[in-house]
Amino acid sequence: MSELRFTEDHEWLRAEADGSVTVGITAFAQNALGDVVFVQLPELQAYDKGAEASTVESVKAASGVYMPLDGEVLEVNDKLDGSPELVNEDPMGEGWFFRFKPTDAEAVAKLLDQDAYDRLIKANAEA
Amino acid sequence: MSTETLLKTPLHALHLELGARMVPFAGYDMPVQYPLGVMKEHLHTREQAGLFDVSHMGQIRLTGANAAKALETLVPVDIIDLPVGMQRYAMFTNEQGGILDDLMVANLGNDELFLVVNAACKDQDLAHLRKHISDQCTIEPLFEERALLALQGPAAVKVLARLAPEVTQMTFMQFATLRLLGVDCYVSRSGYTGEDGFEISVPAANAESLARSLLAETEVQAIGLGARDSLRLEAGLCLYGHDMNTDTTPIEASLLWAISKARRADGARAGGFPGADRIFTQQQAGVSRKRVGLLPQERTPVREGAEIVDEQGTVIGSVCSGGFGPTLGGPLAMGYLDSAFIALDTEVSALVRGKKVPLRVSKMPFVPQRYYRG
Repeated sequence: MSELRFTEDHEWLRAEADGSVTVGITAFAQNALGDVVFVQLPELQAYDKGAEASTVESVKAASGVYMPLDGEVLEVNDKLDGSPELVNEDPMGEGWFFRFKPTDAEAVAKLLDQDAYDRLIKANAEA
Repeated sequence: MSTETLLKTPLHALHLELGARMVPFAGYDMPVQYPLGVMKEHLHTREQAGLFDVSHMGQIRLTGANAAKALETLVPVDIIDLPVGMQRYAMFTNEQGGILDDLMVANLGNDELFLVVNAACKDQDLAHLRKHISDQCTIEPLFEERALLALQGPAAVKVLARLAPEVTQMTFMQFATLRLLGVDCYVSRSGYTGEDGFEISVPAANAESLARSLLAETEVQAIGLGARDSLRLEAGLCLYGHDMNTDTTPIEASLLWAISKARRADGARAGGFPGADRIFTQQQAGVSRKRVGLLPQERTPVREGAEIVDEQGTVIGSVCSGGFGPTLGGPLAMGYLDSAFIALDTEVSALVRGKKVPLRVSKMPFVPQRYYRG
């Protein structure tokens, strides 16, 4: 079993048994974006933390999805090419974006946990 | 701009009650979408009927025996022969032939004209009218006094006929004063979605009860500005400040059709509006760039501001409006292109995040207009 981690940019990360990490955008993020119509997925290559690895296009606008940690992208969710609406329908499951191997295996655990992320959302809502 | 300084339409509280997501637009706090979401709101409007609050737009009344003649000095459109009970599309031009704003003009009869102008331009349009024609007619802004609702979609006529059966007799661009729920309203059979439908000018105090009554009909959903934009883009309709501005002439904006025959170089009342010489020269000699429809050949939406390049990578234009068309089922755009590339089916590319997205020059509207012409 693996715990979810989050970034301040509203991405979720899940550490997999093989040491790779799956990334998607949170339910909060997809709701804020509205109907997703296109996802530009990353290339299978190394990205630095903070690089715009992917772009999600809603009816309204384009938003960057940033590399949460230094690492190499191993796999992308090809299903999003034909069914970008999965990001809205199942953001934490079928709507995942990509899987990567972090350069520093310990770094994932240092990201926000569920409680910290929930507090962030709450603070945003009250701002 | 903080939300405290934003203006509110008479339907503001209703939008909040309906769960709208509000955004600042042209100085107003406006609903960009309701819980249904942009995609479903768009499709609902094309399938049934959508109710839009467009009260932020400026309504202006011109009164006087010379009102039509006076307004003709500011627009390249035939106003003098606009029949009573009809509405026409027009634009204010500047001395260079650029477009200051686009507007609708209706003839109410009794020497009264009714104008609807864009929200972001309404103060400037009012000043423009006052500067140039206040000595020839009475100019009366109705900005706070009246709200404006748009009821759009194939079921709009059926819904509105429950309040005023006369609307079934109206055709596209006809205009009438009708009593809705006991209140005198200006009703035009027109809109900004490409669908059949109506725009209803109602006194501000009666706007909410009319909106609630229309929303209570099973066919009607509240629709936000997000879907309004995707609907008008599919219909090939221009958005002022994006698809045209003071630097674009009606010829460059592909709006020659809106310049009335009577006001053209060979017309009965040729010229006599700002920038006429430049516009006529352009009409005859051609222009170096023009607004065209563009269909991305991949799934990537191509947004406003994206550069358009030819095969060699030379910049030949830019996108002025772009997004995703829910009815079209794919991305769509409009852009200004160097005239060498404006022929239908010409292949060009847009630069999106450093990558070339192929585009094809396409006819507009992207989705067929379904106006009721009787």
